[in-house]
Amino acid sequence: MRIVIMGCGRVGAALASDFSRDGCDVTILDTDPAAFRFLADDFTGIRVVGNGIDPDVLRKIHLEKVDVFVSATRGDNRNVMAAQIAKHIYGVKVVASRVFDPLREEMYRNMGLRTINPTRVQARRLKRVIEAPSDEAANLMALDFLKQDGA
Amino acid sequence: MYIIVIGGGKVGFYLAKELVEANHEVLVIEQDPGKVREIQDELGDIVMEGDGCEATVLDKAGTARADMLLAVTGDDEDNLVSCQVAKQRFNVGRTVARINNPQNEGIFRKLDVDITVSATTAILAHIEQELPTHQLIPLMRLKGSGLEIVEVRIPDDSRVVGRPLREILLPQQSMVALVIGEDGTPRMAGGDTIVRAGDEVVAVTMHDSEEALREALMAPPPARAF
Repeated sequence: MRIVIMGCGRVGAALASDFSRDGCDVTILDTDPAAFRFLADDFTGIRVVGNGIDPDVLRKIHLEKVDVFVSATRGDNRNVMAAQIAKHIYGVKVVASRVFDPLREEMYRNMGLRTINPTRVQARRLKRVIEAPSDEAANLMALDFLKQDGA
Repeated sequence: MYIIVIGGGKVGFYLAKELVEANHEVLVIEQDPGKVREIQDELGDIVMEGDGCEATVLDKAGTARADMLLAVTGDDEDNLVSCQVAKQRFNVGRTVARINNPQNEGIFRKLDVDITVSATTAILAHIEQELPTHQLIPLMRLKGSGLEIVEVRIPDDSRVVGRPLREILLPQQSMVALVIGEDGTPRMAGGDTIVRAGDEVVAVTMHDSEEALREALMAPPPARAF
């Protein structure tokens, strides 16, 4: 499977490292070459310095041959713009983005993008941890969250 | 008309100023408090501080009753999202995005932005107009219909030189609107209008037919087989 990940922050890098370990053909994009330090040592994919909303960059990495496109930069707008280009211009089958603004996330989800909003999930979990009766109970809860996420 | 301008930089500022003078109701949405103050000092109470991509901000701005939203920040992705939020959530009839990378023009059109304006493209068109290259220059895109107004300079070796317009086979939904002679004299385009070398032909065409129109007006006559 060919997968392109835009944004090599902690999330993008972890995702890229996971897929690389699974044997996928991974390309990771970031405008800052220093960001690639987050990648795991055993990452075997391709690192490309460039902007995922620049048509020249997308042409260069042959987005038309890609199965999955993920945008996980810090910028919501960059993420949804890149995702829409991948989906509607290049016809990438699976396109997923991280969107921090809950309202924007909802809108683009309704427009057919696969989106995840970390803000709401994290706020809800933090609240449960705060409301736990004791520190021990809070820690157990945190472990449970990790288990739910398959870590 | 109620017009919302996203981005209070140079473009947004002068746009707002002109629109106010033309008696439109204008609201500028700008994130930077310094710029907000400047606009307030110069143009009065027509500016709001906030992120013009956020639905809550646009809601407060009364976007639902806006006739038009102009997204003119320096970032293409921000302009795209403002236009999309305005369309999707608030049903704004007409959205206009400033684009910096001319390559984004097609992308924005496909993603439902009504009108794109690119200073880069406009400047390039001016340069091309000055050059004797055999190009078709897009002058203006007509709202929504996919039609655009283009200009073509007829090369000396074009197959249409010396022929009346009626004999020239144009692509579907294309028509010649005006012919301007080399001396700058305009001629109304009619069936009897003779096209001469060096004429500037202003035509209306579908965006997809641009290449066919260029071929029809600029290509040399087909080589004769002996």
